[in-house]
Amino acid sequence: MPVVAPNKKIDCLGLFCPMPILKVREAMIPLTPGQVLEMLSDDPASEADMKSWTTRTGHELLAIERDGAVFRFLVRKTK
Amino acid sequence: MARSSASSSERPSSGSTAAATRVYLDYAAFSPVDPRVVAVMRPFFEGGVGNPSAPHSLGLEARASLDGARAKLARLVGATPTGVVFTSGATEANNLAVKGLVSRGPGRHVVTSAVEHISVINACRDLEKHGVGVSYVGVSADGRVDPGAVADALRPDTALVSIMAANGEIGTVQPLRDIGRITRSRGVPFHVDAVNAAGRVPIAVDEWGIDLLTLSSNDLYGPPGAGALWVRPELKLSPIVLGGGQERGYRSGTENLPAIVGMGVAADLARAELQAEATRLAALRDRLLTGLVERVRGSRVTGALAGDRLPHHTSLVVPGVKADSVLLELDLRGVAASSGSACAALTGEPSHVLRAIGCDREAAEGSLCFTLGRWTTAAEIDYVIDVVPGVVERLRRLAP
Repeated sequence: MPVVAPNKKIDCLGLFCPMPILKVREAMIPLTPGQVLEMLSDDPASEADMKSWTTRTGHELLAIERDGAVFRFLVRKTK
Repeated sequence: MARSSASSSERPSSGSTAAATRVYLDYAAFSPVDPRVVAVMRPFFEGGVGNPSAPHSLGLEARASLDGARAKLARLVGATPTGVVFTSGATEANNLAVKGLVSRGPGRHVVTSAVEHISVINACRDLEKHGVGVSYVGVSADGRVDPGAVADALRPDTALVSIMAANGEIGTVQPLRDIGRITRSRGVPFHVDAVNAAGRVPIAVDEWGIDLLTLSSNDLYGPPGAGALWVRPELKLSPIVLGGGQERGYRSGTENLPAIVGMGVAADLARAELQAEATRLAALRDRLLTGLVERVRGSRVTGALAGDRLPHHTSLVVPGVKADSVLLELDLRGVAASSGSACAALTGEPSHVLRAIGCDREAAEGSLCFTLGRWTTAAEIDYVIDVVPGVVERLRRLAP
Protein backbone atom coordinates (compact mmCIF):
# COMPACT_ATOMS: atom_id res chain seq x y z
CA MET A 1 0.00 0.00 0.00
CA PRO A 2 1.46 3.41 -0.92
CA VAL A 3 2.33 5.58 2.05
CA VAL A 4 0.00 8.56 2.31
CA ALA A 5 0.93 11.36 4.66
CA PRO A 6 -2.21 12.74 6.23
CA ASN A 7 -2.72 16.52 6.22
CA LYS A 8 -4.63 16.36 9.47
CA LYS A 9 -5.09 13.82 12.28
CA ILE A 10 -7.91 13.40 14.77
CA ASP A 11 -8.05 11.12 17.80
CA CYS A 12 -11.47 9.57 18.51
CA LEU A 13 -10.19 6.89 20.90
CA GLY A 14 -12.70 6.15 23.65
CA LEU A 15 -15.60 7.70 21.74
CA PHE A 16 -18.60 5.79 20.42
CA CYS A 17 -21.07 6.20 17.54
CA PRO A 18 -22.12 8.87 16.56
CA MET A 19 -19.10 10.86 17.80
CA PRO A 20 -16.36 9.55 15.44
CA ILE A 21 -18.48 10.34 12.36
CA LEU A 22 -19.40 13.77 13.70
CA LYS A 23 -15.74 14.55 14.43
CA VAL A 24 -14.70 13.38 10.95
CA ARG A 25 -17.38 15.47 9.30
CA GLU A 26 -16.24 18.54 11.23
CA ALA A 27 -12.56 17.92 10.56
CA MET A 28 -13.12 17.55 6.81
CA ILE A 29 -14.64 21.02 6.42
CA PRO A 30 -11.42 23.10 6.35
CA LEU A 31 -9.55 20.57 4.16
CA THR A 32 -9.23 21.22 0.44
CA PRO A 33 -10.13 18.51 -2.11
CA GLY A 34 -7.30 16.02 -2.39
CA GLN A 35 -6.17 16.43 1.21
CA VAL A 36 -6.23 13.45 3.56
CA LEU A 37 -7.56 13.06 7.09
CA GLU A 38 -6.38 10.39 9.53
CA MET A 39 -8.79 9.25 12.22
CA LEU A 40 -8.08 6.85 15.08
CA SER A 41 -10.97 5.01 16.75
CA ASP A 42 -11.47 2.00 18.99
CA ASP A 43 -15.26 1.85 18.58
CA PRO A 44 -15.95 -1.62 17.10
CA ALA A 45 -18.74 -0.02 15.01
CA SER A 46 -16.50 2.59 13.42
CA GLU A 47 -15.40 0.42 10.49
CA ALA A 48 -18.96 -0.06 9.25
CA ASP A 49 -19.83 3.55 10.05
CA MET A 50 -16.87 4.97 8.13
CA LYS A 51 -17.58 2.77 5.10
CA SER A 52 -21.20 3.86 5.10
CA TRP A 53 -20.37 7.53 5.61
CA THR A 54 -17.78 7.69 2.83
CA THR A 55 -20.09 5.84 0.43
CA ARG A 56 -22.84 8.33 1.13
CA THR A 57 -20.71 11.46 0.99
CA GLY A 58 -18.45 10.40 -1.88
CA HIS A 59 -15.18 10.95 0.01
CA GLU A 60 -12.52 8.33 -0.66
CA LEU A 61 -11.70 5.85 2.09
CA LEU A 62 -8.04 5.22 1.27
CA ALA A 63 -7.19 2.78 4.04
CA ILE A 64 -8.47 0.96 7.07
CA GLU A 65 -5.69 -0.40 9.24
CA ARG A 66 -6.11 -2.21 12.49
CA ASP A 67 -3.67 -2.49 15.36
CA GLY A 68 -5.27 -4.56 18.11
CA ALA A 69 -8.49 -2.75 19.04
CA VAL A 70 -7.50 0.49 17.32
CA PHE A 71 -8.61 1.34 13.79
CA ARG A 72 -6.75 3.87 11.68
CA PHE A 73 -8.73 5.38 8.82
CA LEU A 74 -7.41 7.53 5.99
CA VAL A 75 -10.01 9.56 4.09
CA ARG A 76 -9.31 11.74 1.06
CA LYS A 77 -11.60 14.71 0.59
CA THR A 78 -13.00 14.59 -2.94
CA LYS A 79 -15.06 17.77 -3.18
CA MET B 1 -64.14 13.13 20.58
CA ALA B 2 -63.23 10.92 23.49
CA ARG B 3 -62.49 12.81 26.63
CA SER B 4 -59.03 12.25 27.95
CA SER B 5 -58.72 9.80 30.77
CA ALA B 6 -56.33 12.33 32.19
CA SER B 7 -58.97 15.06 32.19
CA SER B 8 -58.39 15.55 35.89
CA SER B 9 -55.02 16.84 34.86
CA GLU B 10 -54.91 20.27 33.30
CA ARG B 11 -52.73 20.55 30.23
CA PRO B 12 -49.25 21.82 31.03
CA SER B 13 -48.96 25.49 30.17
CA SER B 14 -46.85 26.31 27.12
CA GLY B 15 -45.58 29.36 28.95
CA SER B 16 -46.58 31.50 26.00
CA THR B 17 -49.54 33.83 25.66
CA ALA B 18 -49.58 33.49 21.88
CA ALA B 19 -52.65 31.74 20.57
CA ALA B 20 -50.71 30.00 17.79
CA THR B 21 -51.58 26.36 17.22
CA ARG B 22 -48.89 24.05 18.49
CA VAL B 23 -49.40 20.37 17.90
CA TYR B 24 -46.83 18.45 19.89
CA LEU B 25 -46.28 14.92 18.58
CA ASP B 26 -42.75 14.25 19.82
CA TYR B 27 -43.54 12.73 23.21
CA ALA B 28 -40.88 10.04 22.70
CA ALA B 29 -38.22 12.75 22.70
CA PHE B 30 -39.62 14.70 25.63
CA SER B 31 -42.89 14.59 27.54
CA PRO B 32 -44.31 17.58 29.36
CA VAL B 33 -44.30 16.88 33.08
CA ASP B 34 -47.81 16.25 34.40
CA PRO B 35 -48.94 19.22 36.55
CA ARG B 36 -50.09 16.74 39.21
CA VAL B 37 -46.47 15.53 39.40
CA VAL B 38 -45.09 19.07 39.60
CA ALA B 39 -47.49 19.85 42.48
CA VAL B 40 -46.12 16.96 44.55
CA MET B 41 -42.50 17.83 43.74
CA ARG B 42 -42.70 21.49 44.73
CA PRO B 43 -42.28 21.11 48.52
CA PHE B 44 -39.20 18.95 47.91
CA PHE B 45 -37.49 21.96 46.34
CA GLU B 46 -38.68 24.58 48.74
CA GLY B 47 -37.28 23.38 52.06
CA GLY B 48 -38.11 21.30 55.06
CA VAL B 49 -36.54 18.22 53.46
CA GLY B 50 -33.19 16.63 54.27
CA ASN B 51 -30.69 14.32 52.64
CA PRO B 52 -32.10 10.77 52.63
CA SER B 53 -28.85 9.55 54.22
CA ALA B 54 -28.95 12.10 57.08
CA PRO B 55 -29.63 10.77 60.60
CA HIS B 56 -32.02 13.57 61.70
CA SER B 57 -35.77 13.61 61.34
CA LEU B 58 -35.72 15.53 58.06
CA GLY B 59 -33.39 12.89 56.67
CA LEU B 60 -35.68 10.12 57.84
CA GLU B 61 -38.65 11.79 56.17
CA ALA B 62 -36.64 12.11 52.98
CA ARG B 63 -35.74 8.41 53.24
CA ALA B 64 -39.43 7.57 53.62
CA SER B 65 -40.29 9.63 50.51
CA LEU B 66 -37.52 7.89 48.58
CA ASP B 67 -38.75 4.46 49.59
CA GLY B 68 -42.33 5.48 48.77
CA ALA B 69 -41.22 6.28 45.22
CA ARG B 70 -39.44 2.90 45.07
CA ALA B 71 -42.68 1.14 45.97
CA LYS B 72 -44.68 3.06 43.36
CA LEU B 73 -42.24 2.19 40.57
CA ALA B 74 -42.14 -1.45 41.61
CA ARG B 75 -45.94 -1.63 41.57
CA LEU B 76 -46.05 -0.29 38.00
CA VAL B 77 -44.00 -3.23 36.73
CA GLY B 78 -45.02 -5.99 39.13
CA ALA B 79 -41.70 -6.16 41.01
CA THR B 80 -40.39 -6.05 44.57
CA PRO B 81 -39.57 -2.49 45.78
CA THR B 82 -36.18 -3.40 47.24
CA GLY B 83 -34.81 -4.01 43.75
CA VAL B 84 -35.26 -0.40 42.58
CA VAL B 85 -31.98 1.53 42.08
CA PHE B 86 -32.48 5.19 41.20
CA THR B 87 -30.19 6.69 38.55
CA SER B 88 -29.88 9.93 36.60
CA GLY B 89 -31.92 8.49 33.76
CA ALA B 90 -32.43 5.49 31.52
CA THR B 91 -29.07 5.78 29.76
CA GLU B 92 -27.27 5.36 33.07
CA ALA B 93 -29.60 2.53 34.07
CA ASN B 94 -28.90 0.71 30.79
CA ASN B 95 -25.16 1.15 31.25
CA LEU B 96 -25.37 -0.11 34.83
CA ALA B 97 -27.35 -3.15 33.76
CA VAL B 98 -25.13 -4.18 30.87
CA LYS B 99 -21.68 -3.22 32.13
CA GLY B 100 -22.45 -3.73 35.83
CA LEU B 101 -23.69 -7.27 35.39
CA VAL B 102 -21.17 -8.48 32.83
CA SER B 103 -18.13 -7.07 34.63
CA ARG B 104 -19.22 -8.76 37.86
CA GLY B 105 -19.66 -12.31 36.63
CA PRO B 106 -17.49 -14.85 34.84
CA GLY B 107 -19.58 -14.85 31.63
CA ARG B 108 -17.90 -13.31 28.57
CA HIS B 109 -20.84 -13.11 26.15
CA VAL B 110 -23.96 -10.96 25.74
CA VAL B 111 -27.00 -11.44 23.53
CA THR B 112 -28.85 -8.32 22.48
CA SER B 113 -30.77 -7.15 19.41
CA ALA B 114 -29.90 -4.96 16.45
CA VAL B 115 -32.64 -2.46 17.36
CA GLU B 116 -31.73 -1.59 20.96
CA HIS B 117 -31.37 1.95 22.24
CA ILE B 118 -27.93 3.41 21.55
CA SER B 119 -27.14 3.32 25.29
CA VAL B 120 -27.41 -0.48 25.30
CA ILE B 121 -25.58 -0.81 21.97
CA ASN B 122 -22.69 1.43 23.00
CA ALA B 123 -22.42 -0.26 26.43
CA CYS B 124 -22.10 -3.55 24.50
CA ARG B 125 -19.50 -2.01 22.15
CA ASP B 126 -17.53 -0.98 25.21
CA LEU B 127 -17.64 -4.57 26.50
CA GLU B 128 -16.48 -5.77 23.07
CA LYS B 129 -13.43 -3.55 23.42
CA HIS B 130 -12.62 -5.53 26.55
CA GLY B 131 -12.91 -8.90 24.90
CA VAL B 132 -16.56 -9.73 25.60
CA GLY B 133 -18.42 -11.34 22.70
CA VAL B 134 -21.70 -9.73 21.72
CA SER B 135 -24.38 -11.29 19.49
CA TYR B 136 -26.69 -8.72 17.92
CA VAL B 137 -29.82 -10.71 17.00
CA GLY B 138 -31.59 -9.44 13.89
CA VAL B 139 -35.29 -8.62 13.63
CA SER B 140 -38.14 -9.30 11.22
CA ALA B 141 -39.31 -6.70 8.70
CA ASP B 142 -41.72 -5.31 11.30
CA GLY B 143 -38.97 -5.10 13.91
CA ARG B 144 -39.69 -8.14 16.07
CA VAL B 145 -37.01 -10.20 17.76
CA ASP B 146 -37.52 -13.91 17.22
CA PRO B 147 -37.29 -15.65 20.63
CA GLY B 148 -35.88 -18.70 18.82
CA ALA B 149 -33.03 -16.57 17.51
CA VAL B 150 -32.26 -15.48 21.08
CA ALA B 151 -32.21 -19.12 22.17
CA ASP B 152 -29.87 -20.01 19.28
CA ALA B 153 -27.50 -17.18 20.17
CA LEU B 154 -27.03 -18.32 23.78
CA ARG B 155 -23.65 -19.81 24.67
CA PRO B 156 -22.47 -21.58 27.80
CA ASP B 157 -20.67 -18.39 28.80
CA THR B 158 -23.56 -15.98 28.08
CA ALA B 159 -23.74 -13.55 31.00
CA LEU B 160 -26.75 -11.50 29.91
CA VAL B 161 -29.60 -11.19 27.43
CA SER B 162 -30.72 -7.59 26.88
CA ILE B 163 -33.83 -6.98 24.76
CA MET B 164 -35.95 -3.83 24.85
CA ALA B 165 -39.66 -3.99 25.70
CA ALA B 166 -40.61 -1.85 22.72
CA ASN B 167 -38.77 0.20 20.14
CA GLY B 168 -38.91 3.99 20.25
CA GLU B 169 -38.37 4.52 16.53
CA ILE B 170 -40.81 2.05 15.04
CA GLY B 171 -43.11 1.24 17.98
CA THR B 172 -42.78 -2.55 17.82
CA VAL B 173 -43.44 -4.39 21.11
CA GLN B 174 -41.15 -7.37 21.71
CA PRO B 175 -42.30 -10.84 22.83
CA LEU B 176 -40.78 -10.49 26.31
CA ARG B 177 -42.77 -13.30 27.85
CA ASP B 178 -41.40 -15.83 25.35
CA ILE B 179 -37.84 -14.54 25.66
CA GLY B 180 -38.12 -14.59 29.47
CA ARG B 181 -39.21 -18.21 29.38
CA ILE B 182 -36.05 -19.09 27.42
CA THR B 183 -33.64 -17.08 29.59
CA ARG B 184 -35.17 -18.44 32.77
CA SER B 185 -34.93 -22.04 31.60
CA ARG B 186 -31.27 -21.48 30.65
CA GLY B 187 -30.47 -19.58 33.83
CA VAL B 188 -29.26 -16.43 32.03
CA PRO B 189 -30.13 -13.00 33.49
CA PHE B 190 -32.61 -11.07 31.31
CA HIS B 191 -32.41 -7.27 31.09
CA VAL B 192 -35.27 -5.28 29.55
CA ASP B 193 -35.05 -1.63 28.57
CA ALA B 194 -38.70 -0.72 29.23
CA VAL B 195 -38.40 3.02 28.66
CA ASN B 196 -40.80 3.22 25.73
CA ALA B 197 -43.24 0.62 27.04
CA ALA B 198 -43.65 1.30 30.76
CA GLY B 199 -46.94 2.97 31.56
CA ARG B 200 -48.13 2.31 28.01
CA VAL B 201 -48.42 -1.47 27.95
CA PRO B 202 -48.60 -3.81 30.97
CA ILE B 203 -45.30 -5.20 32.25
CA ALA B 204 -45.02 -8.02 34.80
CA VAL B 205 -41.42 -8.43 35.82
CA ASP B 206 -41.79 -11.45 38.09
CA GLU B 207 -44.31 -13.26 35.94
CA TRP B 208 -42.30 -12.76 32.73
CA GLY B 209 -38.93 -13.80 34.13
CA ILE B 210 -37.28 -10.38 33.84
CA ASP B 211 -34.20 -9.87 36.05
CA LEU B 212 -33.27 -6.25 35.31
CA LEU B 213 -35.55 -3.49 34.02
CA THR B 214 -34.78 0.07 32.93
CA LEU B 215 -37.28 2.88 33.51
CA SER B 216 -37.24 6.57 32.65
CA SER B 217 -39.05 9.25 34.62
CA ASN B 218 -39.81 11.58 31.73
CA ASP B 219 -41.37 8.83 29.62
CA LEU B 220 -43.91 8.47 32.45
CA TYR B 221 -44.62 12.26 32.39
CA GLY B 222 -42.27 12.71 35.34
CA PRO B 223 -39.36 15.17 35.45
CA PRO B 224 -36.26 14.56 33.31
CA GLY B 225 -33.08 13.71 35.20
CA ALA B 226 -34.36 10.61 36.96
CA GLY B 227 -34.50 6.99 35.99
CA ALA B 228 -34.27 3.62 37.62
CA LEU B 229 -32.89 0.16 37.17
CA TRP B 230 -34.85 -2.59 38.84
CA VAL B 231 -32.49 -5.41 39.81
CA ARG B 232 -33.70 -8.79 41.02
CA PRO B 233 -32.49 -8.75 44.64
CA GLU B 234 -30.48 -11.98 44.36
CA LEU B 235 -28.42 -10.62 41.41
CA LYS B 236 -25.15 -8.79 41.98
CA LEU B 237 -23.75 -5.91 39.90
CA SER B 238 -20.54 -3.90 39.86
CA PRO B 239 -21.37 -0.21 40.25
CA ILE B 240 -20.30 2.17 37.49
CA VAL B 241 -20.55 5.34 39.63
CA LEU B 242 -18.46 5.19 42.80
CA GLY B 243 -18.73 7.24 45.97
CA GLY B 244 -20.65 7.16 49.22
CA GLY B 245 -22.55 3.96 48.58
CA GLN B 246 -26.10 5.24 48.09
CA GLU B 247 -28.69 2.98 46.43
CA ARG B 248 -27.27 -0.18 48.02
CA GLY B 249 -23.86 0.77 46.66
CA TYR B 250 -25.04 0.42 43.07
CA ARG B 251 -25.29 4.15 42.41
CA SER B 252 -23.35 6.51 44.61
CA GLY B 253 -24.26 10.19 44.90
CA THR B 254 -27.02 11.92 46.87
CA GLU B 255 -30.34 10.94 45.39
CA ASN B 256 -32.17 13.56 43.32
CA LEU B 257 -35.12 13.46 45.71
CA PRO B 258 -37.52 15.97 44.05
CA ALA B 259 -37.17 14.23 40.68
CA ILE B 260 -37.41 10.75 42.23
CA VAL B 261 -40.55 11.67 44.18
CA GLY B 262 -41.96 13.08 40.94
CA MET B 263 -41.08 9.87 39.10
CA GLY B 264 -42.93 7.87 41.77
CA VAL B 265 -46.09 9.94 41.43
CA ALA B 266 -45.81 9.72 37.65
CA ALA B 267 -45.57 5.92 37.89
CA ASP B 268 -48.67 5.79 40.07
CA LEU B 269 -50.66 7.94 37.63
CA ALA B 270 -49.45 5.88 34.69
CA ARG B 271 -50.55 2.67 36.40
CA ALA B 272 -53.99 4.02 37.32
CA GLU B 273 -54.64 5.43 33.85
CA LEU B 274 -52.81 2.88 31.70
CA GLN B 275 -55.75 0.96 30.35
CA ALA B 276 -57.99 3.92 29.51
CA GLU B 277 -55.12 5.95 28.11
CA ALA B 278 -53.77 3.08 25.99
CA THR B 279 -57.23 2.55 24.47
CA ARG B 280 -57.69 6.26 23.78
CA LEU B 281 -54.24 6.68 22.23
CA ALA B 282 -54.41 3.48 20.17
CA ALA B 283 -57.57 4.82 18.49
CA LEU B 284 -55.86 8.13 17.71
CA ARG B 285 -52.72 6.29 16.54
CA ASP B 286 -54.69 4.16 14.10
CA ARG B 287 -56.57 7.20 12.83
CA LEU B 288 -53.26 8.93 12.15
CA LEU B 289 -51.57 5.88 10.60
CA THR B 290 -54.53 5.15 8.33
CA GLY B 291 -55.04 8.80 7.45
CA LEU B 292 -51.42 9.34 6.47
CA VAL B 293 -50.91 6.10 4.57
CA GLU B 294 -54.12 6.71 2.57
CA ARG B 295 -53.25 10.29 1.70
CA VAL B 296 -49.48 10.35 1.34
CA ARG B 297 -48.69 8.64 -1.94
CA GLY B 298 -46.23 5.76 -1.64
CA SER B 299 -45.90 5.96 2.13
CA ARG B 300 -45.80 2.88 4.31
CA VAL B 301 -45.87 2.15 8.01
CA THR B 302 -42.65 1.04 9.71
CA GLY B 303 -42.90 -1.40 12.62
CA ALA B 304 -45.68 -3.69 13.75
CA LEU B 305 -49.41 -2.99 13.80
CA ALA B 306 -52.29 -3.06 16.30
CA GLY B 307 -51.56 -4.99 19.49
CA ASP B 308 -47.90 -5.49 18.63
CA ARG B 309 -47.38 -1.74 18.44
CA LEU B 310 -47.06 0.85 21.21
CA PRO B 311 -50.42 2.60 21.56
CA HIS B 312 -48.98 6.11 21.16
CA HIS B 313 -46.58 5.43 18.29
CA THR B 314 -46.89 6.29 14.61
CA SER B 315 -43.99 5.94 12.19
CA LEU B 316 -43.78 5.75 8.43
CA VAL B 317 -41.39 6.15 5.52
CA VAL B 318 -42.24 8.55 2.74
CA PRO B 319 -40.34 8.06 -0.53
CA GLY B 320 -39.06 11.03 -2.52
CA VAL B 321 -38.61 13.46 0.36
CA LYS B 322 -36.08 14.12 3.08
CA ALA B 323 -37.46 13.87 6.61
CA ASP B 324 -35.57 17.02 7.66
CA SER B 325 -37.38 19.09 5.02
CA VAL B 326 -40.77 17.67 5.99
CA LEU B 327 -40.12 18.36 9.68
CA LEU B 328 -39.08 21.95 8.93
CA GLU B 329 -42.24 22.55 6.89
CA LEU B 330 -44.37 20.94 9.59
CA ASP B 331 -42.71 23.11 12.23
CA LEU B 332 -43.72 26.21 10.26
CA ARG B 333 -47.28 24.91 10.42
CA GLY B 334 -47.10 24.38 14.17
CA VAL B 335 -46.44 20.63 14.22
CA ALA B 336 -43.51 19.19 16.21
CA ALA B 337 -42.54 15.67 15.10
CA SER B 338 -39.30 13.78 14.54
CA SER B 339 -37.43 11.52 12.16
CA GLY B 340 -37.17 8.87 14.86
CA SER B 341 -33.55 8.92 15.90
CA ALA B 342 -31.63 11.89 17.26
CA CYS B 343 -28.39 10.01 16.70
CA ALA B 344 -29.13 9.42 13.03
CA ALA B 345 -30.29 13.02 12.64
CA LEU B 346 -26.88 14.18 13.88
CA THR B 347 -24.80 12.04 11.52
CA GLY B 348 -27.13 11.95 8.53
CA GLU B 349 -26.72 8.16 8.43
CA PRO B 350 -29.80 5.90 8.33
CA SER B 351 -30.61 4.81 11.88
CA HIS B 352 -29.51 1.36 12.99
CA VAL B 353 -33.15 0.47 13.60
CA LEU B 354 -34.26 1.29 10.05
CA ARG B 355 -31.25 -0.57 8.67
CA ALA B 356 -32.15 -3.57 10.80
CA ILE B 357 -35.68 -3.75 9.36
CA GLY B 358 -34.26 -3.60 5.85
CA CYS B 359 -34.97 0.01 4.87
CA ASP B 360 -32.67 1.21 2.13
CA ARG B 361 -30.97 4.56 2.42
CA GLU B 362 -33.59 6.44 0.39
CA ALA B 363 -36.49 5.10 2.44
CA ALA B 364 -34.64 5.83 5.68
CA GLU B 365 -34.15 9.44 4.62
CA GLY B 366 -37.91 9.89 4.49
CA SER B 367 -38.62 8.45 7.93
CA LEU B 368 -41.21 10.30 10.03
CA CYS B 369 -42.22 9.59 13.59
CA PHE B 370 -45.22 11.04 15.41
CA THR B 371 -45.48 10.09 19.07
CA LEU B 372 -48.73 10.90 20.83
CA GLY B 373 -49.27 11.53 24.51
CA ARG B 374 -51.49 12.40 27.42
CA TRP B 375 -52.62 15.74 25.99
CA THR B 376 -52.99 14.75 22.34
CA THR B 377 -56.49 15.39 20.99
CA ALA B 378 -58.42 14.04 18.00
CA ALA B 379 -58.57 17.57 16.57
CA GLU B 380 -54.75 17.69 16.57
CA ILE B 381 -54.54 14.35 14.80
CA ASP B 382 -56.99 15.52 12.15
CA TYR B 383 -54.96 18.71 11.65
CA VAL B 384 -51.80 16.63 11.04
CA ILE B 385 -53.63 14.33 8.61
CA ASP B 386 -54.71 17.47 6.73
CA VAL B 387 -51.31 19.14 6.66
CA VAL B 388 -48.79 16.36 5.95
CA PRO B 389 -49.94 15.28 2.45
CA GLY B 390 -49.72 18.84 1.08
CA VAL B 391 -46.28 19.36 2.58
CA VAL B 392 -45.00 16.12 1.05
CA GLU B 393 -46.44 16.88 -2.40
CA ARG B 394 -44.95 20.38 -2.38
CA LEU B 395 -41.50 19.05 -1.45
CA ARG B 396 -41.71 16.36 -4.11
CA ARG B 397 -42.47 18.99 -6.75
CA LEU B 398 -39.45 21.01 -5.61
CA ALA B 399 -37.15 17.98 -5.60
CA PRO B 400 -34.63 17.90 -8.50
